[in-house]
This record gives sequence, C-alpha cells and structure tokens, in this order.
Amino acid sequence: MQKIHDTAEAALDGLLRDDMLIAAGGFGLCGIPELLLDAIRKSGVRDLTFASNNAGVDDFGIGILLASKQVKKMMSSYVGENAEFMRQFLDGELEVEFNPQGTLAERMRAGGAGIPGFYTKTGVGTQIAEGKEHKEFEGPDGSTETYILERGIFADLAIVKAWKADDTGNLVFRKTARNFNVPAAMCGKVCVAEVEEIVPRGSLDPDTIHLPGVYVHRLVQGDHEKRIEQRTTRKKEAA
Amino acid sequence: MPWTREQMAERAAAELADGWYVNLGIGIPTLVANYIGDKDITLQSENGMLGMGPFPYEGEEDPDLINAGKQTITELSRTAYFDSATSFGMIRGGKIACAILGAMEVAENGDLANWMIPGKLVKGMGGAMDLVAGVKRVVVVMDHQNKAGESKLLKECTLPLTGAGVVDRIITNLGVLDVVEGGLRIVETAPEVSEDALRAATEATIV
Repeated sequence: MQKIHDTAEAALDGLLRDDMLIAAGGFGLCGIPELLLDAIRKSGVRDLTFASNNAGVDDFGIGILLASKQVKKMMSSYVGENAEFMRQFLDGELEVEFNPQGTLAERMRAGGAGIPGFYTKTGVGTQIAEGKEHKEFEGPDGSTETYILERGIFADLAIVKAWKADDTGNLVFRKTARNFNVPAAMCGKVCVAEVEEIVPRGSLDPDTIHLPGVYVHRLVQGDHEKRIEQRTTRKKEAA
Repeated sequence: MPWTREQMAERAAAELADGWYVNLGIGIPTLVANYIGDKDITLQSENGMLGMGPFPYEGEEDPDLINAGKQTITELSRTAYFDSATSFGMIRGGKIACAILGAMEVAENGDLANWMIPGKLVKGMGGAMDLVAGVKRVVVVMDHQNKAGESKLLKECTLPLTGAGVVDRIITNLGVLDVVEGGLRIVETAPEVSEDALRAATEATIV
C-alpha cells in the first residue's frame, strides 16, 4: 500500500469532516504537526475537537485553527501560552476539558491499545474526579487507596510529526520532539504523519524504530519551521 | 532575614539525596538545579527526558530539545528520551523520588492548589496533578505570603486543588515546615526569623 503523499492536503484527502475528534502530537511548539494543521485550516472543516496537550500560540500550531474559529473543544493539560484561546474560553465560545498531562497521554495510549478505561490515582480529591467512578484498590505498596476511572480516547484522526520515516511508515523521532506523538498516533482510527525526511526502506535500524508503521497510514515529507517558544541560553565562560 | 529566591532554591537542593531521580517545577524550583553540586541527581523533564542538562550556549539552541517549561536545554551523557505516556508511567509508577513544585496555596493537611484561579487564570494543570499523585515525596517551594501579605499556608485551600493531602514539606522565604498529624511542624526558620514571627505569618495550625 502506498502511504507516501506529495502534500499535506493530499495526505488528508477524504479524511476530514466537521465535528470530528483529532488527536495531535507535540508538546508546546515542539514536535507539532505544523504542515497538517495548516492543511486542516485551509480545508475549512469546523467544530473540531482536539485532544492535544497544548493549544499552540496565537499564530502557530493549533492557535491558527482557534483564530479561524474551527475548534469547538480542546482536551488539553496546559493552554497558558495562547491569548486567543483564553479569550474564547472566558467568553464561552470554546469548550475546554482539562486533563492532567499524564492522564491525557495514558488515555491516548490506552485507546490505541484497545483499553477503553483505566483507574488512576491522579486527580483524586480534585475537580477532575467529579462525576467519575471511584474505586478502592490495593496499590503498589500494599495499602488500599482510591482511584478514579479514566476513559481511553479513540480519535477519528491522529496527526503527528516525526523526524524520519521509511515508506512503510516506521517512524523515528528526535530528542524531546517525541512527546505526545507516539500516544496520539496510536489512538487514531487513521494516522497521518508528517516527517522531515522519508528514507529508503532498510536504512532505519529496526531496533531503533520508535513507532512501528502499523500505526501510520499516510505520510508526507515537508519543510518545518520548528519554532522555539522560549529561547533560553547561557554565556560561554571566558577562556 | 528571610531567604531570597536563590537561598530558597539552595535550601530545597539540600532535600535531594544521591542517586535520586527528581522532577523540578517551573519558577523557583527550576533554580534548584543550580545548587545540586556533586550529588548524583538525574533530573526528569516530563515532556520525555531523563538527564536534563543546562541551557545551551547561544547559537546552539535546538527546537527539538526543550524542557517542560518549553525552554531550550541540553542533553547529558546519561540522557534518555521517551514519549509522554512512558514519562508519566514512571511518574505514576512511583519511580521518581521527589518533585519540587511551586504553589499558590498549601493547607495544613497537605492539600495543594497551584493550577487555577476560577474565572481569572485558566492555564491548566499540566503535569502537576500526576506528579503530586505519583512521586514519592512532594516538596513545595513558595513565598510564605502573597503580595497582599496574606498567608499562603492555610487551614483549608480556597482555590481548586491540584492534589489532596499530597505535600510532605514546604520551604518558604521564612522557613521550612513539614505536614504532620494535626497541622504543620516547624523544621527550621530562616536566619533572624523567629518562630513567633513565622507563626504570626501563618494561618495554618502549627503543632
């Protein structure tokens, strides 16, 4: 099966519709599927729900879809860097479901692994636990503790960004740009990956594949801006 | 004299023991890394890294290498990278020995609030709820009072909780307090800060 497409638009062809749930990889602006997000903006689909750790900034990442009012709901853990997000949220235009970061990652991983729900200690006693099933279990140290039920996420579409791919969709990520890309890819009924480089079959070491191609249905190679959100440096000590 | 931000960070670094895997939050906790010295500490960044190094030299920033505060950082010879689900697996699984976090409020029963001011500040909890639920020991570093001069160590938190009964120790500009049965216990005070002054600045019950 041919997975490689020439453009992000072609890679998304036939997959987009209004009111769908999209899982997106990335942490902050690191490792976000910037080309696919831009193609989704151009497609004009609306009322989207995004499962994504963050919401980008005003003019990059998911922020561009907030600006064009294509997003109905965010399932996220941290959205502090986006003024337009804050405005839409406080004005009631945008629905937000806050998830603890690890719970969001595990909800994606679980969905991709065929697990519809799991119990976690995270959020017990907080507003996150309200309305969720509580159950007592014996924990790792032998004492009984309260856990809450969290649901796996089954996304209509996953969009992720990797460093390298082969034509079968085996993916390799680079440094901390791996982040949510692996669990997001896993939980999509269809997963589209954008990569910096598609390499010939056989040139990736099979022992170093981070995400096997079984999870990846379509691929596109492109140039990435890879914007830095907080540029922090130190001075070289004088020689 | 009350401790400065740097002195609070230095005091917090004394909490860490050789061989520990540690997660540092944003703000004063980030400064703790400057005072680790010769101790064999591995810093976890919950976006998917163990063995976090210092900021890069100018011109060597890598957009693929950031910490959980989205700042550019560097790797070390011990560094390992992993995805977010694996990262929180090690947090939830109790593999991380200690988290040092900032706070808006701490209650005398160990309740922590540091993620939301209703109707005003809605940034989200990030990884804080997972960290306080999963790591072995939670140390809070924060100013003792807010800008209005009110105690941040309370009988009960007024803001939405990050975790219930999760804080073990609090390091403020006035001293160090432990969460114990019945309230907070003074461990030490900053130089020239009397126990009476610390009590007077604290709403929570001190036992």
